[in-house]
Amino acid sequence: MDEAIRAEGLVKQFGATRALDGIDLSVPRGTVLGLLGPNGAGKTTAVRILATLLAPDAGQAWVDGCDVASEAAAVRSRIGLTGQYASVDEKLTGRENLILIARLLGFSRRDARARAGELLVEFGLEDAAHRPVQTYSGGMRRRLDLAASLVGRPRILFLDEPTTGLDPRARLDLWNLIRELVAQGTTVLLTTQYLEEADSLADEIVVIDQGRVIASGTSDQLKARIGGQTLVLAPEHESDVATALSIVTEIVGREPEVDGARLRVPVSDPALVPAVVRRLDESGIVARELTLRGASLDDVFLTLTGRHASVETPAGDAEAAP
Amino acid sequence: MSSLQQTLTLAWRSLLQLRRNPWELMDFSIQPILFLLLFLYVFGGAVAGSTAAYLDFILPGVIVMNLVFVTVYVGHGLNTDLTRGVFDRFRALPIARWSPLAGRILADMVKQAWCVLLLLVVGFLLGFRLGAPVSGVLVMLALLLVFAFAMSWIMVLVGVVARDPEHVQLFGFTALFPVTFLSNVFVPLDTLPPFIRAVVAANPVSLLAEASRGLLSGGPVLEPALWSLVWAGVITLVFAPLSLWALNRRLARS
Repeated sequence: MDEAIRAEGLVKQFGATRALDGIDLSVPRGTVLGLLGPNGAGKTTAVRILATLLAPDAGQAWVDGCDVASEAAAVRSRIGLTGQYASVDEKLTGRENLILIARLLGFSRRDARARAGELLVEFGLEDAAHRPVQTYSGGMRRRLDLAASLVGRPRILFLDEPTTGLDPRARLDLWNLIRELVAQGTTVLLTTQYLEEADSLADEIVVIDQGRVIASGTSDQLKARIGGQTLVLAPEHESDVATALSIVTEIVGREPEVDGARLRVPVSDPALVPAVVRRLDESGIVARELTLRGASLDDVFLTLTGRHASVETPAGDAEAAP
Repeated sequence: MSSLQQTLTLAWRSLLQLRRNPWELMDFSIQPILFLLLFLYVFGGAVAGSTAAYLDFILPGVIVMNLVFVTVYVGHGLNTDLTRGVFDRFRALPIARWSPLAGRILADMVKQAWCVLLLLVVGFLLGFRLGAPVSGVLVMLALLLVFAFAMSWIMVLVGVVARDPEHVQLFGFTALFPVTFLSNVFVPLDTLPPFIRAVVAANPVSLLAEASRGLLSGGPVLEPALWSLVWAGVITLVFAPLSLWALNRRLARS
């Protein structure tokens, strides 16, 4: 199998914190690997090592066959990197930022202008091209950041939490841009704390927690590890939540998790659902939502670690703090 | 693209930022002019008997004082790049490792040269005339830039250590005010009480100001100029390795 990215036994220690505790990764060319984990799991540290920004304490990694330690310059000429925070110059305009990167990559003045113009059109930033980046919205900034990492047409792209902090609309826009890149043959390593994001973009998912790989496989394989299904119920009226909770607990034999007005409980026997429906009907409770679905990645994480994966800290950058 | 071109491109980028940051432009264009005018017309009569006589004395002094303050922008800009992730973007590019730092310092040299020339022009408008050969202006500019380069290394360290750009500015000005005022920039050395005279005489700001006065108006040049260069050499020898060590340490810890 032709690998674009390979890592073996990566270890990184920051003071007393072991950010990476022996990570192995393998990303076949032209595929998307989703590195999934909560804040502080070690995702950003892994990407920084692969992008040559950080040296591992132990282990080895290759990008496009080049060793990240001994052939760092060769690695840098093959990759694009989009960080967790938009790493573009806020005082420069969108166009100037792209021209700057192009010039640094050795484009002639004319080619740099042309490439910047191309990317601005492609990423829907043409109208804002002459404005300083500090006036951009979060979504525009992230699009420009992605464009900046694509100036040299890298075949391998690292996206470190590309949609963290974006509104749903901007997130979908970015997803579509990423899908287009993948369709053109780009290999992508994506870190995310959004299960939905890994599910929708990645061919293969590696779940990491506290610097270790705790599971890997396709989205379906991971879900299959949980077996079972989840019953989701949301009563139309919030006042009915308590009654619905006791009905479901009684029938399923396990107390559901309450998330706002929505109840969630794993069920092993689908035949329980009609019983729930009957009892709800008898109690005069109208359900706004009543579904039986396959396990989500959050369920996978919960099963593997006993914790939810989607817990976000407000700062969002607690990861890898020394 | 050679590493020199990369450095020039990155310096161009730093200068481009000025257009979007009128405060910085004000800081090192209007502020020194304001200083010059205020000191000239408020203290001129008291210190030198007349503003015309004081101008010869204060103009080189304000040029040196401003030079020292403008170096803060090296640290400010570097810290902004580090905290905003721009520095990481550059590090992930196949360019020379030292070019982002070199680009910033080079851009600073351009700003410094601009300030010196601006103040000279304003000085001429106020009636200042050269009392020494024109070549002295060029020698002064070279001397000042060498010292600014050395100072840049101190500011690189401040930029690396500081939590955010605001702290760079705060530290920069708090530390630099006493350094520039404990000098002969505003008043002649022999008017000072003996116990601070030694400090003031050894201050590189005094030495630079004295050398600049000599180069513009005539007077001793060689000795203060050489001592200024010794200062610049010592500062560079101490702070360049220290700053690079601190920078690498910071980069390895996140």
